[in-house]
Amino acid sequence: MLRNSPPGEADIAALRQKATRLRRHMLTMARGQGAGYIGQGLGIADLLAALYFHELRYDPENLTWADRDRFLLSTGHYSIALWAALAEAGIIPVDELRTYGADDSRLEMSTLDTTPGVEVIGGSLGHGLGQGVGQALGLRVHRSDARVFVELSDGEMQEGSTWEAAMSASHFRLDRLIALIDCNGIQADGPVVLDMEPVTDKWRAFGWETFEIDGNDMAAVVSALAYARQRNGKPKAIVLRTLPGKGVPRIETSEKSHFFRVDIGEWDGIIATFEQSVGGAA
Amino acid sequence: MSGKLMEAGRTLAMGENEAAARERATVEAPFGRALARLGQTRSDIVGLTADLGKYTDILPFRDAFPQRFFNVGMAEQNLVAVAAGMARTGLTPFATTYGVFASRRAFDFIAIALAHSNLNVKIVAGLPGLTTGYGGTHQAIEDLALMRMIPGLTVIDPCDATEIEAATEAIADHPGPVYMRLLRGVVPVVLEPGQKFEIGKARKLRDGADVGIVSTGFMTERALDAAEVLAGRDVSVAVLHVPTIKPFDAQAVAEFAAGVGHVVTAENHVVVGGLGSLVVETLFDAGVSRKVTRIGLPDRFIECGAVPTLQARYGLTTEAVVATIAGLQ
Repeated sequence: MLRNSPPGEADIAALRQKATRLRRHMLTMARGQGAGYIGQGLGIADLLAALYFHELRYDPENLTWADRDRFLLSTGHYSIALWAALAEAGIIPVDELRTYGADDSRLEMSTLDTTPGVEVIGGSLGHGLGQGVGQALGLRVHRSDARVFVELSDGEMQEGSTWEAAMSASHFRLDRLIALIDCNGIQADGPVVLDMEPVTDKWRAFGWETFEIDGNDMAAVVSALAYARQRNGKPKAIVLRTLPGKGVPRIETSEKSHFFRVDIGEWDGIIATFEQSVGGAA
Repeated sequence: MSGKLMEAGRTLAMGENEAAARERATVEAPFGRALARLGQTRSDIVGLTADLGKYTDILPFRDAFPQRFFNVGMAEQNLVAVAAGMARTGLTPFATTYGVFASRRAFDFIAIALAHSNLNVKIVAGLPGLTTGYGGTHQAIEDLALMRMIPGLTVIDPCDATEIEAATEAIADHPGPVYMRLLRGVVPVVLEPGQKFEIGKARKLRDGADVGIVSTGFMTERALDAAEVLAGRDVSVAVLHVPTIKPFDAQAVAEFAAGVGHVVTAENHVVVGGLGSLVVETLFDAGVSRKVTRIGLPDRFIECGAVPTLQARYGLTTEAVVATIAGLQ
């Protein structure tokens, strides 16, 4: 499943189906534990589908390939989405997804890099972007054309280290570094507690080529990723406006979407409604 | 290192003299020299700093390999994160800043971004303990304690120019994260040049029976000088130099302590959590019962002042070590 860069024309309908499959995996995983960071996961399902099944260059049979594109999930607690993507990509077994969050499972609720396909320990927020800068610089030293994609979130931008990293990326002209900023409007204490707007202006002011899109619109995600391939001496930032719980109305409307917990009966109802809404797709 | 190269990289810091009162040969910028030398054969070595290149002796490397040197500005968290990312691509980053900024400000990054993933990054930390008169903001008096609590991190406090050069080579060959204290500028030569540095090994530098000094960092120079003075007063003093704080050579310390009447620890660091604490823990665990007297800094922030004044005031001089041991008799 070796991928090429830049990839050819994207099949938007097929990518939407992949996103649906990722959402289905996530619902099954969260039902297993009765809880999880599923709101965030459902919100970035479209982004991960676009990355893993179109934009990223990688080989699931050779995870240490030096010239692979890197995807760094800085928000480690979004792991539920990453596990779904890695399973669909053939990097971890689909059967293993049911162990999400269980004792001794490799599929932790917050990522560790001991699980195959994980490029960075996320979870201590504010760590991912700086390590992405380091990887992009390192790849340049090695004269590799691999790219580095770093997912981070709106709440995470409150960590000052994010801006230390942002300054250095533009200083070093890392135009193969792409920040994917998931703005879902929530953080641990509820709706974003410290206003981060105007997000797009902030990244532009820090010297990044910045695009703002609806992060749940597959065509927009694919097109922004394609645009971010340009070599213009600037790091790229894609500001994705996403809806936590996207595709699952019960979670979309929950006030507890940062960490969602309901009983098994309700999970079954949520999953039945989801399957009805996607009409058995994918 | 060519004279020209050293001149280009010459800094204020290099004018400082870390030597104790005794006359000794010195080497200028031993860390920078060693790193630049290593860079000739090791293309994986890269240098990083956070706006303290001039003050951490890394300029000889920058001048020799400008394409492999990165200054991230005043941003120590990012310094460590960037080094971690570079290590993940197969490079061996040496990242310099002051010990206070590395150990206090970037602690979470050293713990999680480096140590948790066992990444091959070397943090080289200037101004250990009382090697600056700038007070609590600049004096890394508790960095050894902080760093030794981090799982998997190697922690080194070299004693002189010889050891800094040898340790720089040793940590470059050691796969994993390291925190090494830096003696910068004009650094005295205490140990015989040309010896290999063994991570995790203590070295007995002097035999003796009455008192055994277990020392680390520049206090080893004071310990050796004090032992010489005390020999003239018929006090037999042994010296065990412990440059690696972690992994700690517990066996060597226990055996050394068992062979002397009284143990004295000496460190350029607070006596809480550093070498003194380690020796006490080690002897207790090993069942070696000896009285231990700890020389080091008190559990408080130290004021500003001239370095010799501060070192004398807080007992980090040869004279103070002599007085402490004489008082034991």
